[in-house]
Amino acid sequence: MGKIFNQRNIIILLILFALVFPLIYADNRYVLHVMTIGFIFTISVYGMNILAGYTGQLSLAHAGFFAIGAYSVGILTTQGGLNFWLALLLAVLITCATGFVLGLIALRTKTHFFAIYTLIVGYLIYLLIDKWDGLTGGIRGLIGIPIPDPIGPITFESATSMYYLVLFFLLLAIFVAVRIVHSLTGRTYIAIRNSEDLAQTLGINTTMNKLVSFVISVAFAGLAGGLYAALTRFIGPDVASTHMVFNFLMYLIVGGIGTLSGPLVGTMLFIWFEQFLKSYQEYHMLIFGPILVFMVIFFPSGITGGFYKLKMKFQSAKNQKNVRHIKSIPVKSTKE
Amino acid sequence: MLRLTDITVKFGAFEALSKVNIEVFEGELVVLLGANGAGKSTIFNTISGLNKLTMGDIQFNGKSVNGNSPDRMVKEGVVQCPEGKKLFPEMTVQKNLMMGGFVHRRKKAQLKDSLAEVYEIFPILKDKHDHYAGSLSGGQQQMLAIGRALMSKPKLIMMDEPSIGLAPLIVEQMFSIIREINKGGTTVLLAEQNANAALKIADRGYVIENGLVVLQGTSSELFNNDAIRKAYIGA
Repeated sequence: MGKIFNQRNIIILLILFALVFPLIYADNRYVLHVMTIGFIFTISVYGMNILAGYTGQLSLAHAGFFAIGAYSVGILTTQGGLNFWLALLLAVLITCATGFVLGLIALRTKTHFFAIYTLIVGYLIYLLIDKWDGLTGGIRGLIGIPIPDPIGPITFESATSMYYLVLFFLLLAIFVAVRIVHSLTGRTYIAIRNSEDLAQTLGINTTMNKLVSFVISVAFAGLAGGLYAALTRFIGPDVASTHMVFNFLMYLIVGGIGTLSGPLVGTMLFIWFEQFLKSYQEYHMLIFGPILVFMVIFFPSGITGGFYKLKMKFQSAKNQKNVRHIKSIPVKSTKE
Repeated sequence: MLRLTDITVKFGAFEALSKVNIEVFEGELVVLLGANGAGKSTIFNTISGLNKLTMGDIQFNGKSVNGNSPDRMVKEGVVQCPEGKKLFPEMTVQKNLMMGGFVHRRKKAQLKDSLAEVYEIFPILKDKHDHYAGSLSGGQQQMLAIGRALMSKPKLIMMDEPSIGLAPLIVEQMFSIIREINKGGTTVLLAEQNANAALKIADRGYVIENGLVVLQGTSSELFNNDAIRKAYIGA
């Protein structure tokens, strides 16, 4: 079993599936659209995972940064008349810059104070978008966001082309996340997550590293937001709502917080689950709620996290045998 | 090398350390003896920069290091090996060690040498280099914690209760390794409750009670002190 379904083969299979998916549903724009939205949210959740999952800092301003990315693209293309690609790049940079400044202040607080503080920051971003009519269109939202400009012969008019565009960015985001987590930087974040004091005693500047992690995290959100604006072509203040950030958090927790495949598993699962429960409208939370409670109690590290825990237990059990062997050696007393 | 002058640390109204004076000379192995809650860990955390000084002065190699951030202290060559083998259980043994070399992360060749040195001191860690740290036994975890601290090439290493929770045979082994590390040129400041074992390897010692230094002297002086024998050695 291990030979065919190893990690590398599963990844190749998943990518192949993602590549041929539009061919299966070529005439179903709706399915493609849901899948594309799911990919966009996944990118954002990967960003959340780097900060909340690996660095241990739960920021509830994530939807706010998603909105900053979306509105940056929206405003720069509709009012600034900028090329989409330039607008997307600027949107990521604007999100990073905002994240840097807000992170500098927010990271002076710790644990639940940080979560509450960022929740308020996220809500302020929402209010700013909602009330600043002149710039953001207020509650009416921004309409008429153009589709991405063509690159040479490639145009982005069809749902399929948008799907592939977003898939490209999703793969890029996952690649970047994997590289970060497997690098010394990632292990530094994990060290901070485990214990800030311990990380400091190893010589890690925790303030600096948390800030960088925060900026990386919001960069993902900004990118996702920019793509979201181009896909839906209409954005309202609700992209910054707390409802949005708690959705991201739910995807992350169910998928597996602090795991590399968790964001993908959690987001795709919920996005499709939500579609099946569409007819219940807002009552679908009656089903999601208990699932979330069940997950938090029995699988606190999510679906993928549970899998890794089992793997570690197995190795530990193997080691226990050796320990028992040592214990059987008679111990001589050191007392004199 | 390290001189603490009248250091006082307060947590709110509670005075955890009052006017503690400790001096450690280069190459020495000094032990801080004291019961739980006496203030040994607070002394370490204050030297490391994790706790703020209320009063007093800390000098390292003739320079005042008051208010230095913890990462700065590690760069200066003062590293702490905290109590309770705080490791990264989900990382392998080798990755744990590499985290200890964080301040030298750009010097790849030096890290490789340090790693080889640590593996020479603790051959068991080399055998288990790709095991998760969380799967090691208590003694091995303590070795890993010490090995990780050594990766930063410290001038002074502070070990907080390395014998805690270990079987007597392992404790003996651990202390002889600590002695070897000290002989290799690293100054060691050791916090211990196990006075019997610690005084055997230490040059000098301080006895801490309720945040005060109540007694100090060479190891043999302390070992033969009646009060110490009664309170810590039980003979």
